Amino acid sequence: MKKHYDLLMIGGGPAGAIAARTAAKAGLSACIVEKRPAIGAPVRCAEGIGMESLAEFVKPDPCFISAEMQRASLVAPDGTTMILDSQSSGGKVGYVLDRKVFDRELVWQAAEAGSDVAVKTRASAPIIKDGKVRGATLEFCGTKTDVTADVVVAADGVESKFSKWCGIDTTVPLREIMSSAQYIVTDIDIDPHCTVFCLGNEVAPQGYLWVFPKGDRTANVGIGISGLKSGTGHRAKDYLDKYMASKFPNGKTIEWIVGGVSVCRPLACTVGDGLIIAGDAARVVDPLTGGGIYNAMYTGDLAAKVAIDAIEKGDTSKNALMPYDTQWRQSKMGKTIERNYHIKEYMINLTDAKLNAIIQTASSINLKEFSTLQLVKELIKRDPKLIFELAILKDLIT
Amino acid sequence: MLKVHRDICGYCGCCVSVCKEGALELIDAYLEVGPGCTDCGVCAKACPVGALEVERE
Repeated sequence: MKKHYDLLMIGGGPAGAIAARTAAKAGLSACIVEKRPAIGAPVRCAEGIGMESLAEFVKPDPCFISAEMQRASLVAPDGTTMILDSQSSGGKVGYVLDRKVFDRELVWQAAEAGSDVAVKTRASAPIIKDGKVRGATLEFCGTKTDVTADVVVAADGVESKFSKWCGIDTTVPLREIMSSAQYIVTDIDIDPHCTVFCLGNEVAPQGYLWVFPKGDRTANVGIGISGLKSGTGHRAKDYLDKYMASKFPNGKTIEWIVGGVSVCRPLACTVGDGLIIAGDAARVVDPLTGGGIYNAMYTGDLAAKVAIDAIEKGDTSKNALMPYDTQWRQSKMGKTIERNYHIKEYMINLTDAKLNAIIQTASSINLKEFSTLQLVKELIKRDPKLIFELAILKDLIT
Repeated sequence: MLKVHRDICGYCGCCVSVCKEGALELIDAYLEVGPGCTDCGVCAKACPVGALEVERE
């Protein structure tokens, strides 16, 4: 490890890895710091991603793709099931990844491009001089080392501690943390190309339960519920165990996963002097779906691009890094987050009876394009009254 | 004070993200409770598995 880098990435997930790859490819010195002893493990993810979203940053490779998805099904509280089948893209809409392999592949690509990597190495404090972030104190097996950098990319995931140490409030409101649990379950009867989303206040209060296939008879079976709805005897794990007992009583759990997913609005500002915040740490998870892999890669890449430009110009102040914040907010990703935040806020207040009614209305829809936006448009076509309830969305979707 | 049931904790970091005081830190598989903890209990509520408990004296 060097004493100084152009870019220092805190966190070896998709945001940090893509930032490092982009920086290294441009000829800048970069280093990824990962506090865990292994990249990609333990997994904290349901592993779903859209087909085109993935291809934007990495060539799809069977080595990190567990399964290809062709359709999704939405299950209402009363059991009414609506199938979202895509006619376009050859019937293929997305993937369920193997994050252990995927994350390693991304870091591999960053390393191959010239980035350094330090595992089991924890950023324990920022180096701040004259109010500007100048690097981080890194701890490895009891040894502390100060490493300076022109720009630090805080890509430290849902915990988002690094930015907090830099004086930025990254706290997720209790009601907007999805308290989550997931099992990898094998030896179960599933549709191996269909992702299943179950809604309802008894099933997953203010969240949803999912079955994401990872093979013919294997799936990620998981749940996220609002932190506000979580408590003794009714935690994410309790709801998941209840579902498992009723749907997959003979399934075999081969992995036990827990986690937190933020569904709040992104941070009010995602840059500081010498600092860019990317991925989950910036709270750019899609608030409706909880998906964060693409958004992490997108912001990681943009973080590096803006940092490269700022470094070339010799100014890495907050102002000079501000184009990062502006650009992602104006991007398709930024607009989707804003729109889906409103849809999420509408959805979480629906009664089970209303959810049943909506899904019954929608159950005949065959989407030409597979997206939440298309689904909402189709729903309004079939139930024009919805437009009043979704009034806030009108401008966003027309 | 905040008690961590280490046999239950899945060291996922969900609690860290909701701690306003920044009192929690996940050091690989070990959740550390710092002196800033105010026993507010938000983390204990958010925990997906019930690994955190505020013990009232």
